Amino acid sequence: MAETKRMTIREALSQALREEMYRDETVFIMGEEVGVWGGTYAVTRGFYDEFGEKRVRDTPIAEMAIVGAGVGAAMAGLRPVSELMTINFAFLALDAIVNHAAKIHSMFGGQFKVPLTIRTTTGGGRQLGATHSHSPEIIFAHFPGLYVCCPAMADDAYGMIKTAIRNDNPVMVIEHSTLYQTRGEVPLDQDYLVPVGESRIVREGKDVTLVSFSKGVHWCLEAADILAKEGIEAEIVDLRWLRPLDTSKFIESFKKTNRMVVVEEGLPQFGVGAEITARVMEEAFDWMDAPIKRVTAEDVPLPYSREIEQMALPSAEKVVKAVKEVL
Amino acid sequence: MSDKALDMTTYREEMDERPSDKLSPQTLLEMFWYMLLSRRLDERSWILHRQGRIPFHISGMGHEACQVATAFAINRGIDYVHPYYRDLAMCLAIGITPRDFMLSLFGKAGEISSGARQMPSHFSSRKHNILSMSSPVATQVPQAAGLAFAIKYRLKMGLQDPNDTAQPRLAITSLGEGSTSQGEWHEGMNWAGVHKLPFICLVENNIYAISVPVDQQMAVRNVADRAAAYGVEGVIVDGNDVLASYDAMAYAVQRAYSGEGPTLVEAKTYRPVPHSSDDDDRSYRTREEVEQWKRKDPIQRFQAVLQERGILTQEQLDEYESRARQMVDEAQKFAEDAPYPEIEPNLDPNSVYAPVEVD
Repeated sequence: MAETKRMTIREALSQALREEMYRDETVFIMGEEVGVWGGTYAVTRGFYDEFGEKRVRDTPIAEMAIVGAGVGAAMAGLRPVSELMTINFAFLALDAIVNHAAKIHSMFGGQFKVPLTIRTTTGGGRQLGATHSHSPEIIFAHFPGLYVCCPAMADDAYGMIKTAIRNDNPVMVIEHSTLYQTRGEVPLDQDYLVPVGESRIVREGKDVTLVSFSKGVHWCLEAADILAKEGIEAEIVDLRWLRPLDTSKFIESFKKTNRMVVVEEGLPQFGVGAEITARVMEEAFDWMDAPIKRVTAEDVPLPYSREIEQMALPSAEKVVKAVKEVL
Repeated sequence: MSDKALDMTTYREEMDERPSDKLSPQTLLEMFWYMLLSRRLDERSWILHRQGRIPFHISGMGHEACQVATAFAINRGIDYVHPYYRDLAMCLAIGITPRDFMLSLFGKAGEISSGARQMPSHFSSRKHNILSMSSPVATQVPQAAGLAFAIKYRLKMGLQDPNDTAQPRLAITSLGEGSTSQGEWHEGMNWAGVHKLPFICLVENNIYAISVPVDQQMAVRNVADRAAAYGVEGVIVDGNDVLASYDAMAYAVQRAYSGEGPTLVEAKTYRPVPHSSDDDDRSYRTREEVEQWKRKDPIQRFQAVLQERGILTQEQLDEYESRARQMVDEAQKFAEDAPYPEIEPNLDPNSVYAPVEVD
């Protein structure tokens, strides 16, 4: 095992990007405010001075072009990192992401590849209103041809950026706006990669399986602490990648605990919980001792006013409640 | 229409009569009042944010002149307005009150657009025909073209009397120059041009898209230079000069009302404060630049004009200042004392839909 260093998710992302830019001169960054300002979440602070404007490009406000030009540059042999300030703005780039980035390799019979990284930020809870607080990761996970990862921990943030940049396929790295200050141990290994489509157990337990990703993992960890005080041992599976989806760990865990709660910040209908539940039905029905529960956002556009917004979002308390319902 | 943008700074000198010359002293004072009120309300909002009492503020400071000029040039409260998040002064002049704005900042019950579901500064008011926007910028432009399309449709179908001033006769949308890099802007402008709609696009060009300066956003000098390519009349005006802005806007309004088609008015202005309460503008521009623009402050300029013309006395100015402070104080207190919205009805999935009536 490599030595580790404690750092924030922001620092981990920043270090990974910096190292990849030194490693490969075809890697460049473009997006709104990424250069002079150093990124809306300060991930690329200092990059403009370090690498110059050729490799750290401030773009016009034009999400479709930020991704579309990224697709083009990737086809022409570069490894662009296109940054969308928030995932809410990714809706304006949907065609470039879904119809181009995701499909080109397949539609061109493998003659072109799109080694594009799309970094963006998801999540609510900061009082930014309904059109600025989406958690629509599943939309992107729906389409074959894209890889979608959502780091919940600093080591993943570090390794996922590297995996995304080095991978020959388009990868969306969907960060969470409230996790940038979250600290964790990061391996001191410049080639530390997170295998594409590999989930991991972040806490072991025998009574119930909690499946989540991104911010949801932290709600699960908090809930597991509360449950542990009552003698309930929750096992937590961090999916890490929504596509490809690794079913092995949560199926294995479910066969041990026979009970499951899926936790996600997105909306309930056709969400990650629905997909995970279907996979369990297909692969582990005989091990089921209780109906699987979902903890999601309420089925409304996320409101601005603080109290309603907080009530509309999942929480550790909601996870605890759901666990008790399946025990 | 011209294939070149019309530069109002020279055009005005050639006008026999400027529309702004016809504004009564009373109206001029009213315009000044809204600019001042907006500024004081805006300043208080920054303070409330810095005190940690509100989560977010996005400011319209420095843009007051072109905004109030716009409000006064249209049929206020009747014509469709699809503004953007800097248009506090415009919306105040149309009828949104300091109380309404404060309720929105604090996210309190009674907030007029949505009961505090929508973000502050995403203005809307059905009774004033002000329509709310989505946070991704420029997305209101095609909709504004759609509003104008509906007006033209109603007129053509005989569903609306062209002289009925109780009906909207134009749709105006506004946005920053940064937003004109979006595809949505292009699509909306083209739509308005193709259908020769009663449509006005006000571009409040403050020369920054958050931190990105205008020369990195576009390869042309003026946003209005693009208008000709859409079959839209382009006009450039000093957006910090309220009377010049009024003349430009009156010209655009006249074109819309008389069926001559859409106009793009580019108001050159500046934002002397950060983009929003979430950024620090010291990282991307010099203090000297900001100070230089502060000397062109639209309120001070208008104040000087009014004083020179003997329309505004010191006494009157003092009275405005004290009234503005009183209104802002009262609005803040009202919002602070107001209850938060009820939780249950706001989390009801049915609340997202219009009620369905079954016969």
